[in-house]
Amino acid sequence: MARGGPSPLTVQMASIPVQAEPRASAESDTAPSRHRIGPVILAVEHVSLRFGGVKALSDVSFDVREHEVLAIIGPNGAGKSSMLNVVNGVYQPQQGKIRFRDRTFDLMTPHRAATMGIARTFQNLALFKGMTVVDNIMTGRNLRMKAGIVAQALRIGPAEREEIRHREAVERIIDFLEIQAHRKTPVGRLPYGLQKRVDLGRALASEPDVLLLDEPMAGMNVEEKQDMCRFVLDVNEQYGTTIVLIEHDMSVVMDISDRVVVLDYGRKIGDGTPDEVRRNRAVIDAYLGTTH
Amino acid sequence: MFFRENGQFKSTYRADMQLLPIVQDRYFMVAVVAVAFLAVPFVTTDYLFLSIINPFLILTLAAIGLNLLVGYCGQISLGHAAFMAWGAYAAYNLVQRVPMLNFLIVLVLAGLIAALVGMFFGIPSLRIKGLYLAVATLAAQFFTDWVFARVKWFTDYAHSGSVSTAPVTLFGWTLDTPRDKYLFLLGVLIVFTLIAKNLTRGHLGRAWMATRDMDVAAEVIGIRPVYAKLTAFGVSSFYCGVAGALWGFLQLGSWEPLAFDLNLSFSLLFMIIIGGMGSILGSYLGAAFIVVLPIALNQIPRKMGVPLSTAMAANVEFMIFGSLIVLFLVLEPHGLARLWAIGKEKLRLWPFPH
Amino acid sequence: MSIPRYAPVAVLGILLAAGLVAPLATGETAPGFWVEVLIGGLMAGVLYSLVALGFVLIFKASGVFNFAQGAMVLFAALAVARLAERMPVWAAVLAAVAIMVVLAFVVERIVLRPLVNQEGVVLLMATLGITFFLNGFGQSVWGSDIYEINLGIPREPMMVLGNLFEGGVLVNRDDIAAAVAAVLLVGALAVFFRKTATGRALRAVADDHQAAQSIGIPLNRIWVIVWSVAGIVAIVGGVIWGGKLGVQFSISQVALKALPVVILGGFESVPGAIVGGLIIGVGEKMAEVFLAPPLIKEFNLAGGGIENWFAYVLALLFLLVRPEGLFGERRIDRV
Repeated sequence: MARGGPSPLTVQMASIPVQAEPRASAESDTAPSRHRIGPVILAVEHVSLRFGGVKALSDVSFDVREHEVLAIIGPNGAGKSSMLNVVNGVYQPQQGKIRFRDRTFDLMTPHRAATMGIARTFQNLALFKGMTVVDNIMTGRNLRMKAGIVAQALRIGPAEREEIRHREAVERIIDFLEIQAHRKTPVGRLPYGLQKRVDLGRALASEPDVLLLDEPMAGMNVEEKQDMCRFVLDVNEQYGTTIVLIEHDMSVVMDISDRVVVLDYGRKIGDGTPDEVRRNRAVIDAYLGTTH
Repeated sequence: MFFRENGQFKSTYRADMQLLPIVQDRYFMVAVVAVAFLAVPFVTTDYLFLSIINPFLILTLAAIGLNLLVGYCGQISLGHAAFMAWGAYAAYNLVQRVPMLNFLIVLVLAGLIAALVGMFFGIPSLRIKGLYLAVATLAAQFFTDWVFARVKWFTDYAHSGSVSTAPVTLFGWTLDTPRDKYLFLLGVLIVFTLIAKNLTRGHLGRAWMATRDMDVAAEVIGIRPVYAKLTAFGVSSFYCGVAGALWGFLQLGSWEPLAFDLNLSFSLLFMIIIGGMGSILGSYLGAAFIVVLPIALNQIPRKMGVPLSTAMAANVEFMIFGSLIVLFLVLEPHGLARLWAIGKEKLRLWPFPH
Repeated sequence: MSIPRYAPVAVLGILLAAGLVAPLATGETAPGFWVEVLIGGLMAGVLYSLVALGFVLIFKASGVFNFAQGAMVLFAALAVARLAERMPVWAAVLAAVAIMVVLAFVVERIVLRPLVNQEGVVLLMATLGITFFLNGFGQSVWGSDIYEINLGIPREPMMVLGNLFEGGVLVNRDDIAAAVAAVLLVGALAVFFRKTATGRALRAVADDHQAAQSIGIPLNRIWVIVWSVAGIVAIVGGVIWGGKLGVQFSISQVALKALPVVILGGFESVPGAIVGGLIIGVGEKMAEVFLAPPLIKEFNLAGGGIENWFAYVLALLFLLVRPEGLFGERRIDRV
């Protein structure tokens, strides 16, 4: 047991300011454009993942309901990013299945995930450094662009019109994320916070049903975090996109998520609303450590 | 000051996405093309056409092809001259066996055959990357060298793969003077440059660049690596196939498999390294450099009164190439094209310092 | 996944072994001749391994794929051959060692240090530049004729195993010398890596550059040492190749043959370089002697020359079933 007063983390978790409109009222449809939380859209079932001798995930199962915001939290190395990578098809688990809508997958590939409407951002910003902001976000539209090679080569009517149509969609995203001034800048030259926005924009460009965000606010200051929260909430409220996000900042998690899943050493140790999780003994112990 | 793009606002996406959005660039390009078509043919000697300008045009085409694969899509290929060989020999076979075909159709078909071969040899890129892929591409080179020297059917039973061609006739116009060939090559190169520009501006080009920059993320977005890589190999080999056919028919006249050996592959690679990878302009600059350098090395010592023996000149050429490669990689990995872009930046401010 | 990971390699291995034994099985080949081709292939393989060792050493310690290894072999051979015209061979070799150490310094300073954080392909192309420079420079300084290296080994081949096979088997003496030299070299390298402090430092650097730096290993000096050792390996290779074929420009093309060896064995494995070299050597010779004639007849080819590309196709097949090589390690991309 920690002695000498409450630890920083319990203080942090206990001192979350109560917001005017707590997320617990998500079930009601008083807010103008809020989508009601629907049935389970994505389910992770008994997933285990191993790298050589290292067990990254052990028998993890949880549900994600349509239109909700689900946060995955846990200490460093708990397997959170690996979990997203499994959902996305980047890693293949040794055991377990992914269920999306009503289809179950033993083997998920990144391409299949993309075509089914799952998009993600990356912890380390996997942006295409050699391209501008516009081009990076345009790559998110690739699945929808159908013009063939010859049409593109000669840039004839349909190809040109398709390019313009998708450019309009990308510009709407650029407006939404407020990065108009940087649209022609190579992304490598942008500051970190703006790069994170471009990463989000690229994921949004594919108009996903489920958006996986891997620490979208890492390394940001308070204003940048507020902006990013605003974007995430807007996406969820206006487009009904289901959000699964990994986040370390507890105040953000408590503020914006409907439900929280807690991982520790690759196992799920908590699952419920933010309030339930905050009071969960196992979760507190995981973050603080206990003497055995 | 003269090059500023002030006041040039675009009100439609179409205007923003065009090839040459800055007015000054458009005038410059029109002037260059006009000079190339109208002035150059009258002031240039046959020698210049034969030894510098025509090779420059053909090798630029091949360099663009290699640049699409290496610079835009990030796949390495150390044996790309092999696809030039396939194009050249394919064209030869078509002309021999189907004599009534229009030469333009021969070029396109030769390119398609080279593209198919290129895609086949590009299959390893789906499983391996980087250094391993580099070595695998050498298989294409050596196998091709062997095929055209030994498999007699490919060379219409010519002895040890040496073939000869007659001058090309196109719609009644016989290309037998260097000037005629120059005009034809110029037209072909301009068309192919436009096509390359269009491809790199479209979603295929973006798929290539995404695969180059971060292929895992590209896959997550839904870009199929198979599609991106194989199309890159295909288009790139198409360009090199056409270039090879042009090289054989319009530059060499007669050739043997050695004309497309590993040295040519390395020369193409050097063109795009020095010129600038991922840049169409870079392909032009690099090709010009590689074509002019041996001649400069030959002429300059002679003019200065210190002639080099052929062997010595070859060795000095090797040393200069080697040093330049290292120099460019260390100092300016984006090649001459980046230096050009920097020059343009300075030009925007000139005559003011900042 | 019910198919074990090594199954495709096993299948490929079985196919190759079958191809190897086929000439014997058909009964058309005299066993003695088959053994002779086999030994010839093994000997050629040893020579390839010597060059491949240089690749592996440099890649292990610095992650650089040194395309210039072949040029270094030629350069070293030229140095020894020309210096040996004025001094005894052993002195020429020592002088060559000094020259290769200087070369290592220069390469580290001018090429490796500025490019230290670039990706592998950029460094590969830089070594391509070094190749061209070294070829030009070497031939400018030492000349471009064909030179002899006389090691005092008699030229006539030996007849061995006369009692096992009718007529015995012909083996070249200089091939045997090459094999002995290779064994000694690998032994020396093994001792160097395991027993000396510098060797341990090299292994640390090969494992993890940053970790090695953080415990105080001077990266730059290590790279000079590694390139010097590779230079010495190049001298051994150059002397043996040069003694066999005469020192000429085509030796630098040997590097191109050694590339498939490194692919087969794995870029970072010394045993892989040996095993890969032997496999490639045997495969090539067997293909040229036994596979080519039926192919020539079947497809009406104008002669053989299969050995020019066989090694590469073999390496390619291995790459497709086992990208990391026989002894290499799988890499996992972390996103």
